[in-house]
Amino acid sequence: MTALNIKKGSSKHSAYDLRTPFSDHEETHTLAVLVDNESGVLARVIGLFSGRGYNIDSLTVAEVDHEGHRSRITIVTTGTPQVINQIKAQLGRMVPVHDVHDLTAEGASVERELALFKVAGKGEARVEALRLADIFRANVVDSTLESFVFEITGTPQKIDAFAELMYPLGLIELARTGVAALARGGGGA
Amino acid sequence: MTRAMTGAKMVVQALKDQGVDTVFGYPGGAVLPIYDEIFQQNDIRHILVRHEQGAAHAAEGYARSTGKPGVVLVTSGPGATNAVTGITDALMDSIPIIVLSGQVPTFMIGTDGFQEADTVGITRPCTKHNWLVKDTERLADTIHQAFHVATSGRPGPVLVDIPKDVQFATGTYAAPEAARTSHYQPRVKGDIDAITRLVEMMETAERPVFYTGGGVINAGPGASQLLRELVDASGFPITSTLMGLGAYPASGGNWLGMLGMHGLYEANLAMHGCDLMINLGARFDDRITGRIADFAPHSRKVHVDIDPSSLNKVVHTDVPIVGDVGHVLEDVLRVWKSRGRKINREALSRWWAQIEEWRKVDCLKFAPSARTIKPQHALQRLEALTRDRDRFITTEVGQHQMWAAQYLGFEAPNRWMTSGGLGTMGYGMPASVGVQVAHPDSLVINVAGEASWLMNMQELGTAVQYRLPVKQFILNNERLGMVRQWQELLHGERYSQSWSEALPDFVKLAEAFGAKGLTVSDPADLDDAIMEMIDHDGPVVFDCLVEKHENCFPMIPSGEPHNRMILSEDTTSDTIGASGAVLV
Ligand SMILES: Cc1ncc(C[n+]2csc(CCOP(=O)(O)OP(=O)(O)O)c2C)c(N)n1
Ligand SMILES: [Mg+2]
Repeated sequence: MTALNIKKGSSKHSAYDLRTPFSDHEETHTLAVLVDNESGVLARVIGLFSGRGYNIDSLTVAEVDHEGHRSRITIVTTGTPQVINQIKAQLGRMVPVHDVHDLTAEGASVERELALFKVAGKGEARVEALRLADIFRANVVDSTLESFVFEITGTPQKIDAFAELMYPLGLIELARTGVAALARGGGGA
Repeated sequence: MTRAMTGAKMVVQALKDQGVDTVFGYPGGAVLPIYDEIFQQNDIRHILVRHEQGAAHAAEGYARSTGKPGVVLVTSGPGATNAVTGITDALMDSIPIIVLSGQVPTFMIGTDGFQEADTVGITRPCTKHNWLVKDTERLADTIHQAFHVATSGRPGPVLVDIPKDVQFATGTYAAPEAARTSHYQPRVKGDIDAITRLVEMMETAERPVFYTGGGVINAGPGASQLLRELVDASGFPITSTLMGLGAYPASGGNWLGMLGMHGLYEANLAMHGCDLMINLGARFDDRITGRIADFAPHSRKVHVDIDPSSLNKVVHTDVPIVGDVGHVLEDVLRVWKSRGRKINREALSRWWAQIEEWRKVDCLKFAPSARTIKPQHALQRLEALTRDRDRFITTEVGQHQMWAAQYLGFEAPNRWMTSGGLGTMGYGMPASVGVQVAHPDSLVINVAGEASWLMNMQELGTAVQYRLPVKQFILNNERLGMVRQWQELLHGERYSQSWSEALPDFVKLAEAFGAKGLTVSDPADLDDAIMEMIDHDGPVVFDCLVEKHENCFPMIPSGEPHNRMILSEDTTSDTIGASGAVLV
């Protein structure tokens, strides 16, 4: 076929390699999704993520308004800015979804997670575990002569750091709730 | 108005109150109470299909050709699972259908009861939304919500699963006016600043093109009217996706023909070379864009879509506009007129001169034959002999579908029903049934391939039962032609399983159903045979034996950009690289 007389080269307005203005760089975002607390709503949200190949780093859900039958789903996800925008748009168009807030993009927010650590050991290790728990403001919620269960609340990073320290000291089980998050300041989501 | 009635009666009442005149369905144990109510009334016509997939496609045909939602009624378990392909098809092509399914009684859910299936679970990813109604008090309200969701914003399929005890129990009926107002209210008006930016771009563009899609059809006939006004007033060229054919008339002066993988040379090159692309209600599907990195590399892009998730999904746009195409077009016209109807006339005439050059390539030409019927020729004759009639076309999926899109001309929206997004073989026959039910006096033709047609041929029984004079125009190449073409181009001519062996005698088959059968193989007999098909007052199966190894061109090989189109056999060797072969 005849060659086209069109100059090769790139225009800053066109974007047809998905990687140019859509950057390759991955970001982690925390999304707060307000949904009708109806049956299947969580399956819908999770199905969206699995069906379209998005990541879920953490997901928590609970009813937050009993009268209004509203639940709040907090999702921590990782992706390129374009994928994050797609996730928000895809969530936003779901029928039971009332609101999608990108807490990472919308300003400062507080994030907390609760975790339970079971650490077993004797002697020096046991003493060290207790000392570190104190530094991290973890509470002892169960103890035997050979084990502790610590309860700790904090940012996911703090919990990661505590886990790092507990591994060599006999960490045998760990349960985390996933992240709950709110925007800072007086405004509501 | 509220009053007490059984759930089954509520279903029928809610349908009536929603203005439904036709239901496509198939009975079974879990919907018997509803069928009992259907028996006892005359306002709603029930069309008994032969397979639930047929019901869903018929409802799609009904919806696409009328602009009203289609309604499907099926039983639990296999009834619902059989409908899944049609539901998915409607999701991909944004067709509003409401599927009502029976379910085992609430107290049996979860026990693997007879004909129990997790219907809401199975259909969750293939509906816009779905509901399991466990309380008769909520039933009418839910059905009204279902109509609202299916028809507002980007239309799509919804499903309401109704356990049998909920159908038997009595509750209070809520009329549509009394239904809870839904918070689901998609935005229809476009942002006026963005619209003004679009107008500014239109004023200076040197090589503009309108790229329109199914969204224009979904926005209603008014949107097509506004589109015509804008295109004709601006003088810009226009192309459309498979789904958008008819929004702008094929006879219109600015029409470039369909774009995409099997689109016209001039349409694809205009897309490739444009400096301003105005996407109205299309979604940058991979059949359209080809290789994304080389898609319209020198253009700025405006995208109007009612679904925010369509914007910047695969292609970055300079001006995204969320809104209903009709509303946005109205504003664009108003702003453009108020600013003095400016366009870059001189550049535009150069652009048209270039387009005329591309047109001279005459990309749809094909080698004629006096001995065998070329499929393209069959469609040219069909077009010539039916163009001036009140005509609706449905298609199956394959080469014949692409040829139909290339060789038939559509002058109005809602006249062309085809499975675009899902590419469902077996769509066209039941869709033609749905179209004919809605338009009893019109000429409804399903352009089919023999293989696709066999997938839902049982619906010929439906056509005969309801005296629906649908014409099944089968381009019989005794091949899964589109698969064979790909094997020829990509897989070293190893034709693995792509021929139609042991085909039925279509004339006898038609007769066995009580329909008329016609067969033609000599080009000299074609016109008379087509006329005989049209003139017969009843369903016809038209077995048109065509050239077996004809390829569909132009073709943009998978993974290639628009300007790497192949036009004929001679240019096909080694055109599809290894990376293209992994794409479908
Ligand atoms: C349900 C389904 N199964 C498989 C395919 C893959 N496929 C696409 S076109 C085609 C061949 C269609 O043959 P036919 O209907 O005879 O049409 P032709 O291409 O020969 O015109 C096949 C198998 C499909 N689109 N849909
Ligand atoms: Mg065929």
